[in-house]
Amino acid sequence: MKRTARSAAALVGVAALTLAACGDREESSTGSSDPSPSESASSSEPAQSNPDFKACIVSDSGGFDDKSFNQTSYAGLQNAADKLGIETGEVESNAPSEFADNIDAMVQEDCNSITTVGFLLGDATLAAAKKNPKIDFSIVDFAYEKAPQNLKGLVFNTAEPSFLAGYLAAGTSESGIVGTLGGAQIPSVTAFMDGFQLGIEKYNEDEGTDVQLIGWDKETQKGTFTNDFESKTKGQSAASEMITQGADIIFPVAGPAGLGALQAVQDADVKAIWVDTDGCVSAAEYCDVLLTSVMKGMDVAVEEAITASLDGNFSSELYTGTLENGGVGLAPYNELEGEIPAELDAKVQELKQQIIDGELKVQ
Amino acid sequence: MSDVSVQEPAKSPPPERKGEAREEGNRWAAYLPTIKTTVAAVVLALLIGALLIIFSTPRVIESLKYFFSYPWDFFKFAGIAVWDGYTALVKGSVGSWNSIERTLERAAPLICAGLGVSLAFRSGLFNIGAQGQMLAGAIAAGYVGFHFDFPPGLHLLLAAVAAIAAGAVWGGIAGWLKAATGAHEVISTIMLNYVARFLMIYLLGKELFQRPNSNDRLSPPPAESATFPQVFGVHTGVLLAFLAALGVWWLLERSTTGFEMRAVGANPSAAATAGMHVQRTYFLAMALAGALAGLAAVMQILGQQDSLTENVAGTVGFDAITVALLGRATTLGPVLGGLLFGALSSGGLAMQAAAGVPPELAQVLQALIVLFVAAPALVRGVLRVKAEGDGGTVLAKGWGG
Repeated sequence: MKRTARSAAALVGVAALTLAACGDREESSTGSSDPSPSESASSSEPAQSNPDFKACIVSDSGGFDDKSFNQTSYAGLQNAADKLGIETGEVESNAPSEFADNIDAMVQEDCNSITTVGFLLGDATLAAAKKNPKIDFSIVDFAYEKAPQNLKGLVFNTAEPSFLAGYLAAGTSESGIVGTLGGAQIPSVTAFMDGFQLGIEKYNEDEGTDVQLIGWDKETQKGTFTNDFESKTKGQSAASEMITQGADIIFPVAGPAGLGALQAVQDADVKAIWVDTDGCVSAAEYCDVLLTSVMKGMDVAVEEAITASLDGNFSSELYTGTLENGGVGLAPYNELEGEIPAELDAKVQELKQQIIDGELKVQ
Repeated sequence: MSDVSVQEPAKSPPPERKGEAREEGNRWAAYLPTIKTTVAAVVLALLIGALLIIFSTPRVIESLKYFFSYPWDFFKFAGIAVWDGYTALVKGSVGSWNSIERTLERAAPLICAGLGVSLAFRSGLFNIGAQGQMLAGAIAAGYVGFHFDFPPGLHLLLAAVAAIAAGAVWGGIAGWLKAATGAHEVISTIMLNYVARFLMIYLLGKELFQRPNSNDRLSPPPAESATFPQVFGVHTGVLLAFLAALGVWWLLERSTTGFEMRAVGANPSAAATAGMHVQRTYFLAMALAGALAGLAAVMQILGQQDSLTENVAGTVGFDAITVALLGRATTLGPVLGGLLFGALSSGGLAMQAAAGVPPELAQVLQALIVLFVAAPALVRGVLRVKAEGDGGTVLAKGWGG
């Protein structure tokens, strides 16, 4: 959709420039879906048009095509651009020593709002925010103890939806063993695994079962980690190992490396739960083994921050995505919907409501 | 680029002895085709890069669909895309003081690490371990930088010395293994890269290296007292890179030790017969190469004030190999190669930010330049230049050399 909009914009330009009969060009261009990331000319289609406002984004070393948090955050920028008709700018980082330069390059491009992705950019973003008080900064996955007026942290309580996923997994597992693996032992990863474990424990408590979790132990803070977010091979071998140990549901929290785990799951014909985005959209080839996905709405948060900046409502107050505000959540069950008992689904919805109402605290 | 290279031989000090006079003269003659092919390689890479820009620009692709009705659109959009991209590249690398700063700061670690790889090349060793040596240096620089509290100046000096020493130890291990056991340095340096990487990951998980109140794999930034002062927006550590180049030049071209290194690099058996300490030279060369890589880490940690992360060295340690190859294992070569790569990296950022060219393109350009430099016959073939001495150089020997 958005792509067609941009092609249309390019087309209008072509028509205006040449004044020739353009039936031929229009015909040949309709239905084309080439993205044009470099062309951010405002189009006539968005609901609003704000060509004077420029929103920019700087990735961390994963790049915007990482099928993970950089990509999801980038989607937030694009959604904002489509809805608000704003200009955009983007820079991918290759190494930590580039962060400051890259943010600075976006400042030089006269961006009004700059989003940075990942805790590694925390220092560079803070420094840039102090130096450029007129630009609104937001940073995904990082919270400051005391942020300046123009800097907003965007964090996510991923333990909440992971709790629901753990409950669902425990209720669906036939072998009574479920597994999880992480990309690295960092808080943004282990938060998922903690919540997952708590959900399983809750199910055991409610139903008097003894579903085991392998790959993570919240008490000892020890578990299975690929120590690599890129290597699908490592994700695959870690998941295979768990499947041989009897696990029939795998919860990989490892970005692209988790795709390897999904491959192992598909090969062994067991099930998995995906993270960050709805796996049936971002990794559709594995949709047939995905029970659900724990979604971390970075796109929503980024879009909101940009919208607030445009409307002049920007505040430095920390944004925390929760089940309540929809910043995190469970994806639809998609293809495996038939395999989830109605009473289990009802129970998950009930727990969700309890968390939203504050009756149930995760952690 | 070419101007600087052409001036170089004139700048080098007048030959003192008769034998060397001819050598210098020959070298000057030998440089010319090298310079020609290098410039040609850059130009060819830019031409191919232009094609890549053209075919990665959606508007151009779009116009191809009606190419036969309105061919002019294609050429116009292609021209605009290439012009925008390359003007951004030039502006972003040398177009303003801000870009020159960035180019220099990005070039400095590449120059240092490149010199290290180059020095090992001259001694007949293929040092793949600049990355690991940099990480070892970074760990030391970071630790001394954020953990202790010394007066300014002294703190910087101690942190820098610690980094250089740690790099030297890391390189020295590979050198010692080669000298004492004959272990091939390619294998040992690659393995030491892994060891350094996982050592870094391990340490970043420990309280000693982590930021207080944080579980992220991120160290505190180095203290102000341990960082290089900024002059006109460039950290003064950059000067050290050029001083290091001067030092390496003196070592290799003017000192006895350097002569031994070159002799061992050219033919270890002959050098041994002539009574030189081949094993000691191997160790020394690797330790010095490691020290230079440690200096590269100094540029990043104490110069750009990076905190330690597992990816703190980026790809500098591997780019350094390319820089050294590009510099054909001369001393000036890595300096020019580092500056070129620094400029491409800095300009690549501007291409991305201002012209919307994919970031991979700057890296593809670097790769293409190196590819053409590595295949001088190809470039000469394309340009129909006669082969007049190919500026050949001593590179690492094969297995068991």
